[in-house]
Amino acid sequence: MSENVKIVQDATCTFCGCVCDDMGLTVDLDEHKITKAENACILGKAWFKGHGLEERPFALIDGREASTAEGVEAAAQILAQARFPLIYGLSDTTCEAQRVAVAIADMIGGTIDTTTSVCHGPSGIAFQGVGESTASLGELKNRADMIVFWGGNPAEAHPRLFSRYTVTPKGMFTPNGRKDRTIVLVDVRRTASAPAADIFIRVKPRSDFEVLWALRALVKGRKVDASIEQRTGVSLAVLQDLVARMKTCRYGAFLFGMGLTMNRGRHFNSGALLALATDLNQFTHWVAKPVRGHGNVTGADNVVSWQTGFPFGVNFSRGYPRFNPGEFTTVDLLVRGEADAVLVVASDPASNFPKAAIEQLHRIPVISLDPKATLTSQLAKVAFTTATYGINVAGTVYRMDDVAITLRPAFESPYPSDEQVLSAIRDRVRALLGGNRVPAAGPAAAAAS
Amino acid sequence: MGSPLRIVNGRVFDPAHGVNGAVQDVCVRDGKIVDDVPPDAKRIDVTGMVVMPGGVDIHCHIAGPKVNLGRKFQPEDHRTDVQLRTKLTRSGTGGSVPSTFATGYRYAAMGYTTAMEAAVPPLGARHTLEELHDTPVIDKGFFVLVGNNLLLYRLLQEGRREEFRQALAWWLAVSKAYAPKLVNPGADELWKEERNSNITGLDDKIGSFELTPRRVIAAFIETANELGLPHPVHIHCNNLGHTGNVATTLETMRLAEGRRAHFAHVQFHSYGPALGKSQHHPTSGAQEIAAFVNAHPNITADVGAVMFGRSTIMTADAPLAYLLHQIGGGKWVNADTENESGCGIVPFTYQDRVYTNALQWAIGLELFLLSEDPWRMVFSTDHPNGGSFTSYPRLIRLLMDREYRKQQMEQVNQKALDRSGLRDQQREYTLSEIAIITRAGPARLLGLTAKGHLGPGADADITIYEEDPDKEKMFSAPRYVIKDGELIIEDHEFRADHEGRILHVAPAYDRQIEQVIEPFFEDFYTIRFANYAVDDRYVPHHQIIPTGATPS
Repeated sequence: MSENVKIVQDATCTFCGCVCDDMGLTVDLDEHKITKAENACILGKAWFKGHGLEERPFALIDGREASTAEGVEAAAQILAQARFPLIYGLSDTTCEAQRVAVAIADMIGGTIDTTTSVCHGPSGIAFQGVGESTASLGELKNRADMIVFWGGNPAEAHPRLFSRYTVTPKGMFTPNGRKDRTIVLVDVRRTASAPAADIFIRVKPRSDFEVLWALRALVKGRKVDASIEQRTGVSLAVLQDLVARMKTCRYGAFLFGMGLTMNRGRHFNSGALLALATDLNQFTHWVAKPVRGHGNVTGADNVVSWQTGFPFGVNFSRGYPRFNPGEFTTVDLLVRGEADAVLVVASDPASNFPKAAIEQLHRIPVISLDPKATLTSQLAKVAFTTATYGINVAGTVYRMDDVAITLRPAFESPYPSDEQVLSAIRDRVRALLGGNRVPAAGPAAAAAS
Repeated sequence: MGSPLRIVNGRVFDPAHGVNGAVQDVCVRDGKIVDDVPPDAKRIDVTGMVVMPGGVDIHCHIAGPKVNLGRKFQPEDHRTDVQLRTKLTRSGTGGSVPSTFATGYRYAAMGYTTAMEAAVPPLGARHTLEELHDTPVIDKGFFVLVGNNLLLYRLLQEGRREEFRQALAWWLAVSKAYAPKLVNPGADELWKEERNSNITGLDDKIGSFELTPRRVIAAFIETANELGLPHPVHIHCNNLGHTGNVATTLETMRLAEGRRAHFAHVQFHSYGPALGKSQHHPTSGAQEIAAFVNAHPNITADVGAVMFGRSTIMTADAPLAYLLHQIGGGKWVNADTENESGCGIVPFTYQDRVYTNALQWAIGLELFLLSEDPWRMVFSTDHPNGGSFTSYPRLIRLLMDREYRKQQMEQVNQKALDRSGLRDQQREYTLSEIAIITRAGPARLLGLTAKGHLGPGADADITIYEEDPDKEKMFSAPRYVIKDGELIIEDHEFRADHEGRILHVAPAYDRQIEQVIEPFFEDFYTIRFANYAVDDRYVPHHQIIPTGATPS
């Protein structure tokens, strides 16, 4: 370790949706790496330590080393010529970069989609259907005396969700912290989170919806048959006890994960949980919140929503935003072979998408922006190396509860930020197209066809 | 800023300077109105057209956390009302909660050049400024929610008035807000801590605090005036929407005791007691409210008129939104912000056949028609709560055109009209009065000395309308819109895009107050104190409006 050390206080960890902003980072400026991350959880420590500078080419075009400017030219040509271009990813970059990405999609008449479409997209759809009673995380810290975790494993996926925001912290009306709260965990298996709970309820796989609907019925005073236990693995007595506790607590909160959204039932599951929280407000105060994964996936939802009116899966080809999950979501566009060029920002679909979608990625020109080499960057026609948000790049990220936080980068990177690369691509595409691309036919003509 | 410009031969309405339709030129240079420009300056001949300062919206909900929830919440409201991309301008979607780009372009296309977002929790300031940055053409700012702030409550409860004043200045400064805003003061503690209950009167106890709304409101009015803010305090009273709330509203207005205070969307606070059997059929309290405002020059108000059709109830008054959700039974959003605020959102449709909705519509019109000082009872629909800002031209027609108003009155619930005084009103607003309630008045109430008029030194924000007997048509689509001296709209088409400024205050405060605030953050916030203040990167294009007195 060199003598040239800097301390960054109140830095923000962008690894997960908790976006903890109390990091104390020790930075070795000669080695370009973070040697210590005070307050970070095990995941955060790995994030900070794993993002030192690597010697990588600024860009690769067809696998050949190139400058960022050459990459921008090649990327702009691809996007300007594509007939059905797609921009995807965005959940691990700043809002400043996300804003430019949506601007490019609008300009070229393409599609913008984020990783929301493969994680909490169903919760977004449920939100549009039934609404949501929700809260910033500090309300849970200060007030919640009952918290129900459903379909998630925070102990391993969001460690500080327990310690900083929900289970153990002492707050204004929860002065004794953990002692003032009843913690419930509902899942299909006993996870590492179970020891944190007072009550663990194990549901049979693929029966979350039935359990939620039975709870709604009980909350409303309806009769539920004892056979619910055979269907769901949860006895009526357990459900009745849970409902009694939920109706009499002072401030209750649900925190739910992808165990609900990426399971049989998808948005029906999220919708049932959100509706249950709404129902409970007849008796006492209840809120619900999806637990988000990526560091700025919540920012992506917000940016795409304020610019287009819709949270993800938005197509601009008719000259205005259209939202249709299943039609304009990335996996679907790729599997059907519709997208003919893809710009991937801070995401690695080639590592985790269905096989048919990855095959399409091999057939069409792909542009990638990522600090690291990924399976996606390796198959990309143009692959940019960019600086890492939060570690090298300033800007804004949104915590899972929609609270916006400004990043304090630890050290400089020679690589450009996503925002810089995207802005250069936007400017070049605009020059190639001579302004925004305006569809020949108006909406009336398009709708009639 | 555009090249020098002479707008020739228009009928100019500049009420701040007593100009009432006189034919004269308006000269523009470097983004400002000037006395004269060189003879070779570009000329726009607007013979026969009406020239006014750009419109100023004193109270609307267009950006920030709750607005974005309202957008995300209602795809059904967007898909039938789209904003097309042009070579120059971005696309978007409309409905009652338009996307940011659609919001900016639609305000501009209607001749409005300034708008104030009326309710943002400080924790949402950064988000709001990001959205306002993506709201083109218009200048904009926001009011910051402080009326349910738990640290301010603690200071007030403990009688630490000087620290209360310093903390209020700190909150305005670090959130880059334009004015302090109170919404249903005291209600959040009952809503969050006491099983979703609500404040019912000014002397209710605020949860676990030894405080009442009366004490809280009086303290904010006094302190905001001491700070010398351009817009001292913007108040959404307790009991919004409740039958008989006119009593609460008047009691709250009296708390000002001669000091400046602005009362938001008073239509929603002007309901008299129920008559006869039904508990749910209030009467109009417009007479009482208008009479009080007329008689008290320290009191100012915007109307918050209701327009029939689709709206979105989107408010920091969470108990109110829940009440409407229970009545309507549809989808509902609630969003609590730690230590600062509540929020509720409900899609809503005002129907002309429904007694209450018709009465609300009538009260809004009555308030305008009974107002004796247009400078102090200004235009708003509390967009989108009473109706979309895109319905402003129709509201203008209702005020200017008695015959049209009569026709519309025939369409609505007649029992409701019987219990309002609207049938007695023959008044028609003049163009000059419209210019006051939609631009000159709001600019003056906001303390924006360079807006709302066309005198030398004013911002060159100018709207030029082609006169038309149909005032809705006239005010829907100005022929020209000039922003900061730049011709943005010409012959009803966008000729340029433009980025407006963020308007905010930066009152001085004693840095010692941070010693009081920081420990509260350590204990009760989930964001670090050091990461809370909004830095200048979020206002790349901004203007600080000076405050008068500085706290010692």
